[in-house]
Amino acid sequence: MTTTATAARGEARREARARAGDRIFKGTSTAAGILILLILAAVAIFLLIQAIPALRAPAEEVMGGEGLLGYIAPLLFGTILSSVIALVIATPLAVGIALFISHYAPRRMAQGLGYAVDLLAAVPSIVYGLWGFTWLAPRLTPLYRWLSDNLGFIPLFAGPASPTGRTMFTAGVVLAVMILPIVTALSREVFLQTPRLHEEAALALGATRWETIRYAVIPYGRSGVVSAAMLGLGRALGETMAVAIVLSATGAVTFNLIGSTNPSTIPANIALTFPEATGLDVSVLIASGLVLFVITFGVNMLARWVVNRRAEFSGAN
Amino acid sequence: MAKLIDVSDLNIYYGDFLAVEDVTMTIEPRAVTALIGPSGCGKSTFLRSLNRMHEVIPGARVEGKVVMDGQDLYGSDIDPVTVRRQIGMVFQRPNPFPTMSIYENVAAGIKLNAKRMKKSDLDELVERSLRGANLWNEVKDRLNRPGAGLSGGQQQRLCIARAIAIQPDVLLMDEPCSALDPISTLAVEDLIEQLKLEYTIVIVTHNMQQAARVSDKTAFFNLAAVGKPGKVVEIDDTATIFSNPSQKATEDYISGRFG
Ligand SMILES: Nc1ncnc2c1ncn2[C@@H]1O[C@H](COP(=O)(O)OP(=O)(O)OP(=O)(O)O)[C@@H](O)[C@H]1O
Ligand SMILES: [Mg+2]
Repeated sequence: MTTTATAARGEARREARARAGDRIFKGTSTAAGILILLILAAVAIFLLIQAIPALRAPAEEVMGGEGLLGYIAPLLFGTILSSVIALVIATPLAVGIALFISHYAPRRMAQGLGYAVDLLAAVPSIVYGLWGFTWLAPRLTPLYRWLSDNLGFIPLFAGPASPTGRTMFTAGVVLAVMILPIVTALSREVFLQTPRLHEEAALALGATRWETIRYAVIPYGRSGVVSAAMLGLGRALGETMAVAIVLSATGAVTFNLIGSTNPSTIPANIALTFPEATGLDVSVLIASGLVLFVITFGVNMLARWVVNRRAEFSGAN
Repeated sequence: MAKLIDVSDLNIYYGDFLAVEDVTMTIEPRAVTALIGPSGCGKSTFLRSLNRMHEVIPGARVEGKVVMDGQDLYGSDIDPVTVRRQIGMVFQRPNPFPTMSIYENVAAGIKLNAKRMKKSDLDELVERSLRGANLWNEVKDRLNRPGAGLSGGQQQRLCIARAIAIQPDVLLMDEPCSALDPISTLAVEDLIEQLKLEYTIVIVTHNMQQAARVSDKTAFFNLAAVGKPGKVVEIDDTATIFSNPSQKATEDYISGRFG
């Protein structure tokens, strides 16, 4: 009698403790979530307040003399253009490498490759910048010359080709190399998690390895790859040093990727201009940072929307 | 269409581990062969070796012969992909492609095999397969909804429809009803009854009544001890196995007196 009663009381106490644990966990996780939102809001507010003088300033006082919009628009164009080039080059390559590691390479080799990719992701961006400037750019100039001679009718390759090779295209390639590891690593993780059951379903229908990948692996990993690409895009949008070093920026808005006149990007421009900026100029630069902040946010929203659009077909259920 | 499979001296390995030893049996066409036996005795392993699904597991291999229609399925000139197109498979857990609609799921195998087909022909084939799997009436109004949105029993019948859509010669089923309620189970059993008019069927089941109800032949697998390879103890007409087995072990297992 007494023993069961004590046991029951012990049981109850244990339960209460478990519930306390639940509460603590819930409290901390909620706090962490709110904290993140607060930080985000604080950043936005800071940028906004600091940008107000620039927003109010008369057009001719803003750097360049064409108003805030006239100053930021070319930068924004350059930012998006370089990032899109990077994404277009890096994503297919990353998916290919990830599939090779997850489904084709022998196990030993896959492991080695996996480590190599992870290591590449840890290389600081300044190193990529130096590599792009000293090694890649000179080696791309013959290609640019060829492109402008033979494919010059395409606006992207209109030329005249830059003699230094420090073009938008080179910057895009450097950014692509930079984001390749992270996109690859994330895609590989997603592909490795494809349920065996789905792969076997395809195999049992008489699918070849490539067909299995098309039927089971890629559909399962699609939303993950989109997220990975968006993460890469985020990195490319915000990349400062690599672009600042590689790109020879003149401020022109042009789709010509291989010429000597190129738009700069927002982060590279901030890095290059900030040291000498005073007064209103600082405010203008911060306003451009605010624009970047909004764009990055928009990209993330877009990614989320893309992922959710086919959520009921995602296999998450 | 239905074909006879002759298995002789088949040893099945996972790496160095011999999982199933020395299987010799004939699987009759237009009949249902049931594989029964305690857990871990190698029923699934044996079943998967019949359509060369065994070897997709790293390190897995077999020795011996599986002959269908005079052709050794493990011959050096045989592509496992072709074998799997002739020998369909239904798994224990329903596994429709989650990103595909019901229609696309059924058409998946056809798209792999025939490549191009007129839309109207494909529609017809999808309908015929879904009817064949007793699922048409339940899904005909929502063919474009995701396959994963069906109930478990419906998903399993969808998988059967997908398997029979490519018109295989043989259909392998690994505990197809173990995740299903009694009504869906009956539906699948009825389906097996119909399918055996056209296909050679091999089914693994833990349900003795089910084996007795649906199968014509029954093979009893057993293993001497944990870690030892599984073996076929006895294979005979289902009626004989369940009424008058020749081996003591079979009788013990069937009557539930199993250690
Ligand atoms: N992927 C694998 N790797 C290594 N060994 C395996 C693997 N799958 C199964 N085995 C082993 O092979 C033996 C037979 O397993 P199998 O799955 O064929 O048994 P089963 O008769 O289907 O059992 P159940 O009735 O529980 O499904 C077991 O000893 C099991 O541990
Ligand atoms: Mg099994």
